[in-house]
Amino acid sequence: MPSLENIANSIHVWLNNQFTAPWPMLIEFVIVGVCIISLFALLGLVLIMMERKVSAWMQLRLGPNRVGPVGMFQTAADTLKLIVKEGMTPDGADKFLFNLAPFIVMIIAMVVMAPLMFAKGLQIWDINIGVLFFSAISSVSVIGILMAGWASNNKYSLLGAMRSGAQIVSYELSAGFAILAIVILTGDLKISSIVNSQANGWWIFKGHLPVWIAFVIFMIAVTAETNRAPFDLAEAESELTAGFHTEYSGMKFALFFLAEYVNIFVVCALGATLFLGGWQPLHFGTGTQFNHIMDYIPSSLWFVGKTFFLIFVIMWFRWTFPRLRIDQLLNLEWKYLLPISMFNLLLVTLMAIMGWYF
Amino acid sequence: MFLKEYISDVFKGVKSLLTGMKLTGWYALHHKKEKITQQYPDNKDTLVLPERFRGEVVMIHDEHNEHACTGCTACELACPNATIKIVTKFDIQPDGKKKKAIDKFVYHLELCTFCNLCIEACPTNAIKMAQTFEHSVFDRTNLTKILNNPDSKIREGVE
Repeated sequence: MPSLENIANSIHVWLNNQFTAPWPMLIEFVIVGVCIISLFALLGLVLIMMERKVSAWMQLRLGPNRVGPVGMFQTAADTLKLIVKEGMTPDGADKFLFNLAPFIVMIIAMVVMAPLMFAKGLQIWDINIGVLFFSAISSVSVIGILMAGWASNNKYSLLGAMRSGAQIVSYELSAGFAILAIVILTGDLKISSIVNSQANGWWIFKGHLPVWIAFVIFMIAVTAETNRAPFDLAEAESELTAGFHTEYSGMKFALFFLAEYVNIFVVCALGATLFLGGWQPLHFGTGTQFNHIMDYIPSSLWFVGKTFFLIFVIMWFRWTFPRLRIDQLLNLEWKYLLPISMFNLLLVTLMAIMGWYF
Repeated sequence: MFLKEYISDVFKGVKSLLTGMKLTGWYALHHKKEKITQQYPDNKDTLVLPERFRGEVVMIHDEHNEHACTGCTACELACPNATIKIVTKFDIQPDGKKKKAIDKFVYHLELCTFCNLCIEACPTNAIKMAQTFEHSVFDRTNLTKILNNPDSKIREGVE
């Protein structure tokens, strides 16, 4: 049966047969790079289209429906427009930082994909501190945002960047605690062993109440970390025009835009890996007919399906809730999410020690 | 006591958020039936506008070319940005008395904000909002309209 794992393995074997020592690895680097960049572009197109359709449905509109069948090529046309547009650098901006910032944000979004497990046995780098790598690298993106805000020489940009800094630094704590809950239950930071530990049931079923709390906190925190509404204070188009990317245009703006959507994909993929079992199919009990049918669905489809479900939930948040004020935002984190997740972590630890999970 | 309030706050907050998500989720699932978008240039022939849509002010004339405007200028006074200008004249009645009547009801569409205040101010319901909305013209003077028909007169019995 052709699976992504077999394809990757046969390419690896073929390259090792054809070339000597360092070359297979270098060629594999190039292949992975090309794959990630095309995934990046594809995700941007698909997710922006999805966002526009979902928002239209929730607001009883039609959404894009002119370019191509049911408007499917709208995002491709938009991208073409952005490529053709002039990328301006404003006078008085710090030119080096201004041009560097979108690339930092984009590269961080790409690097974070390294430990993700896209299907059974398909992983770029099964690093033994996968989850730690993830939470460490993803917090670097705030530097890109601060850089963009500072270098723009624009007070709206600076305000947006400062807000984003405060926001990401705060919400990383509760996102980290939510991730820690699963790390405690699994006893490992490696993404592959976290996924394997869910072979007999996803953590959201096995871990019951404490994991549900951790899951809700994780979803809230990553919505804030990716600067999405209702936590989009960094952009806040009604207050700060466009926040940190006010001065960006053309392809540099498109990179920020793409990076936002890829970040959503990445955090949702992590959420799916930690709480919904990654590529593991849905199983009830052992050896039943239902489990056999579920096994026929390819593991990559399971992973993508779970991830897109979580992306839909985050989009659902965006088109339902009004934006929080900055004081409400910090209240929510420091007075509610952080104490609850700390208490929840103790609960999870107790549960793991006493073996109170299925 | 504080803890009880804190926990009930959290539950109330989550509940209200879920209520909102339930509504938008319902909309997302039922968008095919509930959507109100008109695909305007495509459905020009079958376009359905809401009853209270405000396109422009028109004066109601009946089949005898008679209207109900007494020239009281209540609409002119009610208008916030001087869209309406009423020019009056004096008709000679058969018994020799003079009676005030409108000569021209001048309506500047280009100034109108469609606020409906003139319609509400009218004591005799002589004017109403029409549903036409394709107002673009090549010459600005076409937007200054005279609402009473030529040779129209006030209906009998309207004071």
